[in-house]
Amino acid sequence: MKDKGSMKVKVGLAEMLKGGVIMDVTTPDQAKIAEDAGAVAVMALERIPADIRIHGGVARMSDPTVIQAIQKTVSIPVMAKCRIGHFAEAQVLEALGVDFIDESEVLTPADEEYHIDKWKFKVPFVCGCRDLGEALRRIAEGAALIRTKGEAGTGNIVEAVRHMRAVQGGIRRIHSLSDEELVTESKRLGAPAEIVREVKKLGRLPVPNFSAGGVATPADASLMVQLGAESVFVGSGIFKSSDPQKRAKAIVSAVTHHLDFNLIARVSEGLGEAMPGLELSAIPENERMAGRGW
Amino acid sequence: MRIGVLAVQGDYAKHHSMLLQMGLKTRLVRTDADLAGCDALIIPGGESTTMTTVMQKHGLWQPVIEFGRQKPIMGTCAGLILLATEVPDHGLPTLGLLDVAVIRNAYGRQVDSFVDQVTLDLNGKLNKYTGVFIRAPKISRSGANVKILGYHQQDIVMVETEHILACTFHPELTEDDAIHRYFHTKTSKLIGC
Repeated sequence: MKDKGSMKVKVGLAEMLKGGVIMDVTTPDQAKIAEDAGAVAVMALERIPADIRIHGGVARMSDPTVIQAIQKTVSIPVMAKCRIGHFAEAQVLEALGVDFIDESEVLTPADEEYHIDKWKFKVPFVCGCRDLGEALRRIAEGAALIRTKGEAGTGNIVEAVRHMRAVQGGIRRIHSLSDEELVTESKRLGAPAEIVREVKKLGRLPVPNFSAGGVATPADASLMVQLGAESVFVGSGIFKSSDPQKRAKAIVSAVTHHLDFNLIARVSEGLGEAMPGLELSAIPENERMAGRGW
Repeated sequence: MRIGVLAVQGDYAKHHSMLLQMGLKTRLVRTDADLAGCDALIIPGGESTTMTTVMQKHGLWQPVIEFGRQKPIMGTCAGLILLATEVPDHGLPTLGLLDVAVIRNAYGRQVDSFVDQVTLDLNGKLNKYTGVFIRAPKISRSGANVKILGYHQQDIVMVETEHILACTFHPELTEDDAIHRYFHTKTSKLIGC
């Protein structure tokens, strides 16, 4: 009897994406560039986060035409984003056969209280987090993959670092607690005690943990992997740079060889202009994406 | 004996920890120099296009081909695709160490990924084994010198030759180390220790 859509099958795909780079793309041509550069998957979007920021208004799930055109072009997995809590968008994406759904803070949230019940779906979900409690709540809802949020569309790594350090520090803390301290810790984190117990046992999250939001250079990618990211999402960082092809390849190399600094130096040579960055203080509080979702 | 695990991309950590749990010497292989000290190699699951691109870019492609002509290699899922002589619609070269034709993503997209029992013939004994199939390939043709070791329903899921062992599913995503033990024994016989 075939078992489809179980957690084992969902996390299985996340495992296959480890040690790689997932790139945001908006056209079949960009998807092809990403695949040829060695991306492990692409995120099919109508607009990349940097342009969502500029464009303003309500950001929604992409037009299925964009997603389908990209699915036809590449053989690597194709992901797509739905709004936080918008389970109907997720149902549509599942019907389109996307390989992973990102319930993403980059789009305008549809529900300010409830995230999607991801257990109901056969397709796996990835969700963002800023700290361990948020990661564990998403896992409790059925996420098969966690990514730290960072601040999308800024080309500024500072938030990605903050969130990854918060998650890793939280895991180390749980690992050091005695069993009787775990329920109090789960109350503090706002996360189910069974999952907190599992984190203590494993010494890591029960699902893979990637990084997103702000990676613009090969050294940024190496930084995030060294801080504990098992793969890296790159949104605006590639196709907002002056030479996307070369930069995409360089970031892929920097993830595989994240501790080979001679190699990272070599691939970082002459990459041209990185995306123009944004200082966090320049973004008003209500325009920051990481604060969406809880 | 030391079994290397190709660590350019994919779920290499799962293979690595399974070998460690079996008490074997192992090493993550990212460079030519890492490969040199190994008696056997595992090519894990992951994205075959990514692995091919990165191996070619950083000088690991030809060394692995030469390694596989003399020493044992096990490939799982994407690893099988890399080893095959024939992969229609791939558009990229393969290592060409195993005379089979492989169709990528043959069951469909991720929503068609599944877990199911497979039947394996290891050392003349039929075994049930839990096969984890993630966007899995199918073997559509196997050459004369290729021995079939396993089936899922009508589909060939595991094969071997003198040097190569390969399967379309992911033994590293289960707790059962039977296939890794089989590869270890095969390596022992070949290198005589």
